[in-house]
Amino acid sequence: MKTKSDTDLIRRAQARRLHRGIEEPRWVQWLLIGVAGGFVGVFLVLPLINVFVQALGRGVRAYWKAVIEPDTLAAVKLTLQVAAITVPLNTVFGLVAAWVIAKFEFRGKALLNTLIDLPFAVSPVVGGLMFVILFGTHGYLGPWLQQHHIQIIFALPGIVLATVFVTFPFVAREVVAVMQASGTEQEQAALTLGASGWQTFWRVTLPNVKWGLLYGVVLCNARAMGEFGAVSVVSGHIAGRTDTLPLRVDKLYHDYNTTGAFAVASLLAVLALVTLLLKTLLEWHQERQFQRAQQVVTEPGLEPSRPQPTGVPV
Amino acid sequence: MAAKRFRLPGFGLTMGYTLCYLSAVVLIPMAALVLRVLEQVSWWDFWRLATAERALAAYKLSFGAAAVAALINALFGTLLAWVLVRYRFPGKRLMDALVDFPFALPTAVAGLTLANLFAAEGWLGRFLVPLGIQGAYTPLGVVIALTFVGMPFVVRTLQPVLESMERDVEEAAATLGAGRFRTFCCILAPTLLPTVLMGFAQAFARAVGEYGSVIFIAGNKPFESEIAPLLVVMRLEEYDYAGAMTLAVVLLVFSFVLLISIHLLSRWASHFQPAA
Repeated sequence: MKTKSDTDLIRRAQARRLHRGIEEPRWVQWLLIGVAGGFVGVFLVLPLINVFVQALGRGVRAYWKAVIEPDTLAAVKLTLQVAAITVPLNTVFGLVAAWVIAKFEFRGKALLNTLIDLPFAVSPVVGGLMFVILFGTHGYLGPWLQQHHIQIIFALPGIVLATVFVTFPFVAREVVAVMQASGTEQEQAALTLGASGWQTFWRVTLPNVKWGLLYGVVLCNARAMGEFGAVSVVSGHIAGRTDTLPLRVDKLYHDYNTTGAFAVASLLAVLALVTLLLKTLLEWHQERQFQRAQQVVTEPGLEPSRPQPTGVPV
Repeated sequence: MAAKRFRLPGFGLTMGYTLCYLSAVVLIPMAALVLRVLEQVSWWDFWRLATAERALAAYKLSFGAAAVAALINALFGTLLAWVLVRYRFPGKRLMDALVDFPFALPTAVAGLTLANLFAAEGWLGRFLVPLGIQGAYTPLGVVIALTFVGMPFVVRTLQPVLESMERDVEEAAATLGAGRFRTFCCILAPTLLPTVLMGFAQAFARAVGEYGSVIFIAGNKPFESEIAPLLVVMRLEEYDYAGAMTLAVVLLVFSFVLLISIHLLSRWASHFQPAA
């Protein structure tokens, strides 16, 4: 009896401390964790598992047959081509724009920042339409392009342009954040010691921002390979020629070829998982570097900063 | 200061390149769209096309579903950010990494698998459809797809703010006798609100423009489950350029308004955040 009332007392004291303190009671914590976990489970984990289950639903052989279909292979090739052109273009732009925004003060900087974010806010469909208006047969440059037998809309250049538009801010956003955080002291030191502008950029600036850069490139690549709306408007949906992987998924789905659609979708889901893995590794790397830098007190300019976690307008 | 400012080389070159590339990819195409509308669509036609009954139904669905989805994301996003920052539990890192999944997964795949899950014979539809909850091929499907697409925004804007928040304010509230719930309502919620709002606005902006995931799950019936970006595509496929461009300009104007609100919100929110 006595021990029981003792433990009761202790428990009540603990409860009071919990109540007065800054922690929720354990059961509330577990309830909240449970609800959050349920949400993530239903909205993120189930859809992911479903992709692979549906893709393999008719057996590995049917899956493989769907993947090595000529039109699907052509879509894989086109998707890789588009990403191979788009990502370097936007990476170079990201580095250049970050240099301007992070290293200099000028009027209209906030405006430039907002304009770079603009494609995030514009519907991809509207983005695609802009290029149709500019380069399509009814567009401004259409007649001229036709005379010179240059095809942009319903061909690779149009798909690349639409993808460049949609993925425009990804690298710039990440690199601007990292470059701004690293300041200009080191570059000034390098220049004072006689390095040329190029040398300073390659030896000082680039190593400082390489993780943020990589992070932006990974996100940019994922979006470039997965973009649907903008590409759908400019592609023309010619099987085997202008269908990217996401468009191929759509086409198979509309042909009631569910297994085929999910088989192609599973390729893109693997891409998403690889992206997520790379992104997480990069974040952990940043975090460790950040902690190490905080332990060893360094010069303020040398502190690496963590990248902004999302490619979203801020 | 002025002398120091321009000591780094390459301002002219990099500024020039930035402006040229920005113009080529974003500004000129956008101007082309607006100019074309001004040239080819009279004001009266613009008004007629922009406010046609089918267009109004599409805006209503797009904005309505986006608002509901963003609200769901604001609630669950706040919960997720809170749980991920404040509590320790097994699988936390995995959950944290998974939050970004909607950014990494192509939207067409998201739409495909969600439609399959919520269809009558799908894993979730099997239980929900007998209860009268039709997730696939209805306006509810639009909300589901947009919730998926917008999920990371609130979590990722809120997380760093929660992480850097000093806990002594909460301790002070506790010493003064406030319960945990009261502390949350009176102290934490007002501080976090601007950031949550910013995440909400971002998720909303993304959801209004979203196309890929929605068309797989919505059913796309005119007047009922047809979103505004889809109507743009439909008009374009009918070679009705005036109709497509008019709707596109309406969406574009709305994007501008949202982008400016997000910008203002982020400035407001930064007052509530400790200096980085």
